[in-house]
Amino acid sequence: MVQSLDRLKETASQTAGPYVHIGLTPNFCDIPGVYPVDLGDTMVNDKTRGERIKVKMRVIDGADTPLKDALIEIWQADADGLHNSPSEMRGAADPNFTGWGRKPTDMTTGECVFETIKPGRVPFKDGRKMAPHLTVWIVARGINIGLHTRMYFSDEEKANDEDPVLARIEHRRRVPTLIAQRDGDTYTFDIHLQGEKETVFFDI
Amino acid sequence: MTDAKTLSNRRPETGAFFQRDRAMHPPAYTPSYKTSVLRSPQKALLSLDNTLSEITGPVFGHNILGELDNDMIHNFAKPGESAIGERIIVYGRLLDERGKGVPGALIEFWQANAGGRYRHKKEGYIAALDPNFGGCGRVVTDEDGNYWIRTIKPGAYPWPNGPNDWRPAHIHFSIFGHGFAQRLISQLYFEGDPMIWKCPIVRTIPDRAAVERLVAALDMEATIPMDSRAYKFDIVLRGRRSSMFENRMEGN
Ligand SMILES: [Fe+2]
Repeated sequence: MVQSLDRLKETASQTAGPYVHIGLTPNFCDIPGVYPVDLGDTMVNDKTRGERIKVKMRVIDGADTPLKDALIEIWQADADGLHNSPSEMRGAADPNFTGWGRKPTDMTTGECVFETIKPGRVPFKDGRKMAPHLTVWIVARGINIGLHTRMYFSDEEKANDEDPVLARIEHRRRVPTLIAQRDGDTYTFDIHLQGEKETVFFDI
Repeated sequence: MTDAKTLSNRRPETGAFFQRDRAMHPPAYTPSYKTSVLRSPQKALLSLDNTLSEITGPVFGHNILGELDNDMIHNFAKPGESAIGERIIVYGRLLDERGKGVPGALIEFWQANAGGRYRHKKEGYIAALDPNFGGCGRVVTDEDGNYWIRTIKPGAYPWPNGPNDWRPAHIHFSIFGHGFAQRLISQLYFEGDPMIWKCPIVRTIPDRAAVERLVAALDMEATIPMDSRAYKFDIVLRGRRSSMFENRMEGN
C-alpha cells in the first residue's frame, strides 16, 4: 500500500435541459423581478475600450436545424489582451469590460447576438501570441456535457495563420469551422454539432 | 463582476486544471436519451492543455445578490405568501478535486414546483403552476466554499422521451469556479427516490458512484425544527496544478 492522494472526483455533468433559461436568464423567459437583470446580458458600457463588434451565433444540429433552446456563454480578453479575472496576473483589465457574456438562442430563429469588443491577443504558454479569439461554451437539452470551442475572426488572417491552437488541428479543412465571417461590424459564427461541417470542440 | 481578491487573503491560483476524467461524465451520444442523438459531436474532441483563456474566468461578488436570491420559497412570492410544497434547505460545500474549498463561486439553481411543473412557455405538463413559485435561485460561496439555499422539494414530472418516462425529483445547478475550464452544469437528486435509477438522463452517466455523488443526503441534524428539513449536497469542481511546478518545467 502507499499513501492516498486524497483526491476527490469532479461532480458528473448532466444536461442543462429545456428549461435552462429559468435558472440562467429568468428575465428572458418571463420570470421578472427575481433578479434585476440577466447576468451576462451586457458586456460593455460607454467607456469600454476597443473596437465595438456584434457576434451573431447559432447552434445547428445534425438535421441542419438551429437549436431554439440553447444557451451560449463567451469569455474573452479585453482590447489589450487582459482578462477581467482574479487569475489574471499580467495587469489590470479594462474595468469597463466584463469579458463574459451569456445569451439564450432565440426561441423562433435560434439566433443570439453578443455586443462586445474585438479582443486583444493573449499569449500562449510558450509566450507566442494567440490570434484574437472568444472562448465559447454551449449547453442545451440533449447536450450531456457543456461543449467548449473557440471563435476566431475572419479578418485576422495573419494572426490566425500563426495561432498555436489552430495549428494543432490535424485536418486542415476543419480549421474554418472556428472562424467567424465578418460583414460590417458583425461576425457570424455557426456552431455545427455534427455532420460534414462539425465544429472543432475542445477537451480543455 | 467584481474582485474576488477581496474575498480571501489567498493568492489567486493560476495553474492549469487537472485533465477532466471523462470516464465518469456522460458521453455526448446516448441514444436512450433521444435528444442527444442529433446534438452530439461525432468527432473526437481536440485535447488542449489550458491556456490563459481557460485558466481565467469571470468571478462574481456577493454584491450581485439580492436578499432573497437563495430563498426560492419567497423570491417570487407575493409579500406575506410563500411557495407551496415540502420546505427544505439544501446546503453543502463547493470543493475542488484537491479537497480545497472554492470561495466566491456563483451557483445558480432552477427547478420545477412541488407538482413537477416549470414556469416556462414551452412546458407542456398539466400540473398546476404555483403563483408564488418562480423556480430560480442563486448563491455565492463563502470563504470556505460553503453555500445554502431554501426551497421546496420539486415534484417528479413526465417528459417526452420514451412513452412513459418520468424524471426523478431534481434541482438543476450551474457553477462557475475560478477558471472558465471549470464551468459545469448538473442536477441534484434526493436520497431515497426510486425514480433515480429508472431515469434515461441519469443513466447517461456511465459510472454508478458518479451518480451516487449526485444524490443529496437527508440530514436531520441540519433541519430547522417545525420549519424545514435539510439535504446536504457537496459539489466538486476540477482541481488545478501548481503553477510553481509549471513555470519551472517551462523555464519561464
Ligand atoms: Fe428538470
